[in-house]
Amino acid sequence: MSSEPIIRFNDVSKVFRRPDGRGDFVAVDKLSFEICKGEIVAVLGKTGCGKSTMFNIVAGLTEATSGEARVVGHDPFREFDFFRGKIGIVFQGDRLMPWRTALDNVLLGLQILDTDPTQAEATARAWLTRLGLAGHESDYPHALSGGMRQRVSIARAFAVDPEILLCDEPFSALDEMTARDLRAEFVRLVRQNNKTAVFITHQVNEAMEIGDRVLVFHRPARIAYETRLAGADEAHRHEAHDEIMKVLGAEAATAGLAAG
Amino acid sequence: MIGSRTVRALQAAAGMIVLAALWQIMSMIFPPFLFPPVPQIITRTVEVLITGSLLVDVLLTAWRIFGGLFGAFILGGVLALVIGQSRTMENYITPVLTFFQGIPALSWVVFAIIWFHGIEFRVLFIMVMTTLPAFTFQILDAFRSMSKDLFEMTMSFRPRRWTLFRFLIVPTILPGILTAWKVNLGNAARVVVVAELVGATGGVGYQLLRQQQLFDMAGAMAWTLQLVLFVLVVQQTINAIEAWVLRYRAVSERAM
Repeated sequence: MSSEPIIRFNDVSKVFRRPDGRGDFVAVDKLSFEICKGEIVAVLGKTGCGKSTMFNIVAGLTEATSGEARVVGHDPFREFDFFRGKIGIVFQGDRLMPWRTALDNVLLGLQILDTDPTQAEATARAWLTRLGLAGHESDYPHALSGGMRQRVSIARAFAVDPEILLCDEPFSALDEMTARDLRAEFVRLVRQNNKTAVFITHQVNEAMEIGDRVLVFHRPARIAYETRLAGADEAHRHEAHDEIMKVLGAEAATAGLAAG
Repeated sequence: MIGSRTVRALQAAAGMIVLAALWQIMSMIFPPFLFPPVPQIITRTVEVLITGSLLVDVLLTAWRIFGGLFGAFILGGVLALVIGQSRTMENYITPVLTFFQGIPALSWVVFAIIWFHGIEFRVLFIMVMTTLPAFTFQILDAFRSMSKDLFEMTMSFRPRRWTLFRFLIVPTILPGILTAWKVNLGNAARVVVVAELVGATGGVGYQLLRQQQLFDMAGAMAWTLQLVLFVLVVQQTINAIEAWVLRYRAVSERAM
């Protein structure tokens, strides 16, 4: 793993105007962090803490209100076209196009990137096979189970061979057994293909299972706790787990007081 | 065992047979210039279909319907895309279309006769003006119902405008477009007859006017049936296209 930062946030804030005109809502508050090439970073936080807003800023789907967000040295929102084929996203839902077969869904990114059709189809088929979906190429999404659909969406993200993979709670809607299998599969694929991955989750165990590093977010999004787990021994993992629970517990208590 | 499709077809046929039987009973009670017998209507209908000089009028009306609908579809599609992308344009265009929607078809016929000379242009103008608002609003609705999730997912691959249009927007609005065609087809068939009644020298509407002048009820029914048959054939064609295009949709085994 190189130490070159591939994603860098420097005092990034995102403020939304409330639709009813009752002032502003701060989703991300002076967030700073760096993610290096080849790292798998799990971002952990409670629902509504701004994880997905941070995710959308990295993906270039929303613009930071202030601060500097850089992905491979470029602004992901303003230099939108620069990132063609460089970022792959696995969303919370599978987000498959219902009118496309499993194969055509995996082909989508490749077609958008104008890949040679023969090569694109071979790549898409190979990814479906790697994810255990050989024989389901012609199935429409409605004919697939939740786990299979999420596998198709993982194949779609990997097929374009992106440098960075962004995952927004991709397995949260699946049963624990399926989610565990897919998590293992996902980590294996990221490592094998030497990708950088940002994995958003609200589950402590999932974050600790996947992440080389875990970032715990406050609400609004800024880092409340950070720990490196790659190569860590059991004692450190236990300690990190307890610390994360403490931070999240304190967050919940603060939120409760604020609500009260 | 009879399939549900066959049952539906039989039920539809039964309804039509009852209607024909009632008409036949009426023809026995009233004079033929009011209620001509069913066989006479069928004979006249077939006569129109197999007589080249008469079939031309049916085809002329069909051509006018398609021309008007196609014009309104293209114009409505462009307007829907413009409105869909700009709130300001929506504020300008929507009230005008709503105003147009409130103008009766007959008023457009009068305007067309006063403004234009050419018969074909008059009919085209009337057809476009009467179906344009519906096409625009239906395509706009389909465009607006596009899933934000799918939009973001597609945008994450950084598509070019045309690619986004081809891969996401067209498949999303296609069901809405097909519905718009089905709905507007019926409206167009009604409007074209009014337009032809008043200002044309050919077509089903013109022939209906002639039957009225001749006091020929069998002829009036035969020409009306031409239009009904035309609408049914086109509706079935659109249904078949829709079934093929939307074949990806899951169907519950339990019938509604």
